[in-house]
Amino acid sequence: MRLTLHVWRQSGPRDAGRFVRYDVTDVSPDMSFLEMLDVLNQQLLGRQEEPIAFDHDCREGICGACGMVINGRPHGPQHATTTCQLHMRTFPDGAALWLEPWRARAFPVVKDLVVDRSAFDRVIAAGGFITARTGSAPEANSTLVPKRDADLAMDAAACIGCGACVAACPNASAMLFVAAKVSHLGLLPQGQPERATRVVSMVAQMDAEGFGACTNHGECMAACPKEISIDFIARLNRDYLKAVARPKPQAVKANGGDV
Amino acid sequence: MELRSKAPAGPLADKWERYRSDIRLVSPTNKLKHHIIVVGSGLAGASAAASLAELGYTVSCFCFQDSPRRAHSIAAQGGINAAKNYQNDGDSVFRLFYDTIKGGDFRSREVNVYRLAETSLRIIDQCTAQGVPFAREYGGLLANRSFGGVQVARTFYARGQTGQQLLLGAYQALERQVGAGKVRMYPRTEMLDLVVVDGRARGIVVRDLVSGAVGSSAGDAVVLATGGYSNVYYLSTNAKGCNVTAIWRAHRRGAAFANPCFTQIHPTCIPQTGHHQSKLTLMSESLRNDGRIWVPKRKGDARPPREIQESERDYFLERLYPSYGNLVPRDVASRRVKEVCDEGRGVGPGGYGVYLDFADAIARLGRHVIAERYGNLFEMYERITAENPFDVPMRIYPAPHYTMGGLWVDYNLMTTIDGLYAIGEANFSDHGANRLGASALMQGLADGYFILPYTIGDYLAQVKLGQVGTDHTAFRQVEREVSERVERLLAARGRTTPDAFHRELGRLMWDKCGMSRNAQGLKETLQKIAALGERFARDVYVGGKGEEFNQTLEHAGRVADFFELAELMCRDALHREESCGSHFREEFQTPEGEAKRDDARFGYVAAWEYAGAGKAPVLNKEPLEFEVVHPAQRSYV
Repeated sequence: MRLTLHVWRQSGPRDAGRFVRYDVTDVSPDMSFLEMLDVLNQQLLGRQEEPIAFDHDCREGICGACGMVINGRPHGPQHATTTCQLHMRTFPDGAALWLEPWRARAFPVVKDLVVDRSAFDRVIAAGGFITARTGSAPEANSTLVPKRDADLAMDAAACIGCGACVAACPNASAMLFVAAKVSHLGLLPQGQPERATRVVSMVAQMDAEGFGACTNHGECMAACPKEISIDFIARLNRDYLKAVARPKPQAVKANGGDV
Repeated sequence: MELRSKAPAGPLADKWERYRSDIRLVSPTNKLKHHIIVVGSGLAGASAAASLAELGYTVSCFCFQDSPRRAHSIAAQGGINAAKNYQNDGDSVFRLFYDTIKGGDFRSREVNVYRLAETSLRIIDQCTAQGVPFAREYGGLLANRSFGGVQVARTFYARGQTGQQLLLGAYQALERQVGAGKVRMYPRTEMLDLVVVDGRARGIVVRDLVSGAVGSSAGDAVVLATGGYSNVYYLSTNAKGCNVTAIWRAHRRGAAFANPCFTQIHPTCIPQTGHHQSKLTLMSESLRNDGRIWVPKRKGDARPPREIQESERDYFLERLYPSYGNLVPRDVASRRVKEVCDEGRGVGPGGYGVYLDFADAIARLGRHVIAERYGNLFEMYERITAENPFDVPMRIYPAPHYTMGGLWVDYNLMTTIDGLYAIGEANFSDHGANRLGASALMQGLADGYFILPYTIGDYLAQVKLGQVGTDHTAFRQVEREVSERVERLLAARGRTTPDAFHRELGRLMWDKCGMSRNAQGLKETLQKIAALGERFARDVYVGGKGEEFNQTLEHAGRVADFFELAELMCRDALHREESCGSHFREEFQTPEGEAKRDDARFGYVAAWEYAGAGKAPVLNKEPLEFEVVHPAQRSYV
C-alpha cells in the first residue's frame, strides 16, 4: 500500500504548528496504524530528520495512551477501536490521511501529536474515588451487588481515559469521562456515602480545568473506543441535580476539608 | 555479599502474623517527617504510594507515562487469585501456597509464598471496598473462574479487563492522596539512576521527559516498582515503554539481581505476522477454560481447520496431561506448543501457531455465554487478524510475557542496598522459575498494600538518617554521570536507529535464551551480544537534543541497559545446569521431555552482584530451604 500523510508538526506549546506532507510506501495491510508510523519514523531517522512524536504504550487498546485525530475523527474511522488497534487494511490503497493531535483548551499540545491530559488526573483527584483506607475493608462477600448493577458499573468503568470524547466534542467537554467515573462508583453500594460530594467535586474540577459544557451532540459516544454510553451523562446530571438540591451542597476536598 | 533472607522462625502459618507484631513501628508524628520515593505507578507502585501516604508518610511517585493510570498492569486480562474458597471446591491458603510453589518448580522462598497466599484474602476485600467491579453471580456474590496449573476456581475477574480495574482502584486511591497533598506525582519523569549515600539509598536521578532536564529527588527510602524486563526480547506482550533501566541502574549501584534467566513465555499470544511487528498481543489464559488446543496429526496438513476431522486432530495437551488438560501451567504449555511446531505440525503462516478452538464450548454453552465470557478478547483478536474466532479457531503461539527474575529482596522486600526496596514484578520473590496465571496481580497488590507499608517502617524506625538533600555531592556526581550518558548517546551520530539495534538484540535472545536453551547457543550469544553492544555504542543514531521531548533518546537509553541485562541473563542461564520451570536447558530433560531439576546442585537463588564495567559479575547463592513442602518432580499428568 501507498499512503499520503499530512501530519501536524508542532515543536512545543508555543509553536504555531503546521501540516507536513509525507509519502509512505511499502505499507502492509496487516500493520497497525502505529506500526505504519513506526516505519515512517525509522525512515525519517535514517534521513536524519526529526521523527513524529506520538503517545503510545500498551498497543492493545487498554492503556489509553495513544490517540490522534485521523481525517477528522478521533482514533480514526473504525468504530470502537483505539488508534493502536486500527489496522491499515481499514484504509484503501493510496489514501490521503490527515493526522492531528486532540484539540482542546484543557489538553495543551506538548509536541506534534502528543498532548497534556493531566487535567483528567486532577478531576479524579478531586473526587473520583471511594475512600477505603488500606486494611479497613470488610469481607468482600458481605456486600451483595446485583449482577445487573455490577455489569452496568463495569460498562462505565471500561473508560480508558484516552480523551477521544473531549477531542470529538464541539465544546471540548469532558462530560463523558466524568460521567463514566461518577456512574461506575455511584452504581455500587460501596460508592453511596460519597455519591453526592463526588459528583459536585468532580464537576467543579472539570469546569476549573477549562473543559466546555455538554450540549448533547453525542459525538463523544460515537468516538469512544470503549463504547461508553451517553446514558451515563444523563445519570451524572441526575446525580448532580439531586446533590445540589440537598441542603448546603459543598464540594469537598480529598482530605475532607472544604474546597 | 551476604544474603540474609530474614525469614522468621516459627510454624509457617504463624510466621507473618508474629513477625508483623514484632517489627518496629514509626510513630504518627515521625511518619510525617519521612519522605519516601516510589518509582512506578502500576499495581505495586500505586498501591504502595497510596497506602504509605494514608499512613502519614510524605510520598513522591514517579512514572514515565503521562498518567499513573497507564502503567502496564492495566493490560492484565484474566484475573487475580485468592484462596477465598467461595466455590466450596476445597481451596485453602495452604493449597494456593502449594500450587504456587509447585508451579514455580520449587525455586522460590517458602515463607514469602505462604505470606502471599495468606494476603490474597485481604486483597479481594480491599479492592471490592474500593469499587472494583468484579464479575458477580445473579445472587450478587462474587464469581470465580479457573486458571492454569490448579484444580480449583479461585480467580476473581472483571471481564477481560481485571488488571485495568484493579489498577484504576489503586490509581484512584493514589489520586485521593494526591488531592490530599500527601503524594506528589511526577508523570513523564523517568528514573535514570539511584543515589546511594553511606551505603543507603537516599534518592534518584531522573529525566523530565518533556523538558529533557536532568534532576534529582532525595528521600529516606526508595521503592522500585518498575515492572519486568520482557522487552529485552523486543517482541513481547509488554507495553512498548516497559524497560529494565531503573532496576538495572540499582543493580549497578549494588543491588543483587536474582535469577535473571527466569523469564515466562506465555503460550497463548497472537502469532507474529511480519517483520514490521512492534509487539505481540496476549490472549488471556482464561480462554483455556473453554478453548481446546490442537494441531493436525499429519505434518504439513494445510487444509482449513474445519475440514480436518476429529480423528485427524491431535489435542496434544489433553493427550499428554489428562488430569489438567488444556490448563497445564504456562511453561509446560509453551514448550509443548513449540515442540509440535518444530515437528512441522504448526498451522498458519510459517507454521508458527496452533489452534485454540471454541467450537465445542459454543456447542455446549451457546454462543451468548462465550460472548459474555470472552467477547472483548474475540473482538481484539478479530481486529488484529481479521478472523472471527466464532467461525474459525484462534491461532496462537508463545511469546515473552513476564519475568520472574528481578532484584533480590529479603523478607522485608528490601534489596541488598539498605533503604532500597523492590516490589511487584521488579523483584524476584514469589514465583520461582515459573509464575502461575492470575498471580502477578496478586503479588503486586500484596507487596504494595499489605507488606511493604509495614516492613518499611521497621527500617525507618531503627536507622539514624542524616539530612541529605539534592544539593549533596553524591547527587551532583550521579547527575553528572547521567548527563554524560545522555550526551554519549547523542554524540555517537552513527547510522543505525536504537529500534534496529533493539530488534537485533531481541532476535538473538529469543533464539538462544528464550523457550529453550543450550550451553553452546548461550556461549555464542554472549559473544554476539558483546559485539552488538560495541557496535551500538559506535553506530547508534539518536538525533535531536537532550533538553527536549525526545522519544528516540528515551528508547536509546533503555536499549543500552537491555544489552547489559541480556549478557547477565545468558550467564545465568549458562551457569544453571538444570532445567526448572521456564528455564529449559535442552541437555537436562526427562525421557518424557519435561524439565529435569537438580536440587542438590541448584536448589538456590542465584543473586548476581555487579563487579564493575567489563568485569564478570559475582554469583552469590541463597540456599532454598523447605520446611513444609517436599520438592518433587512436577507432574501434571
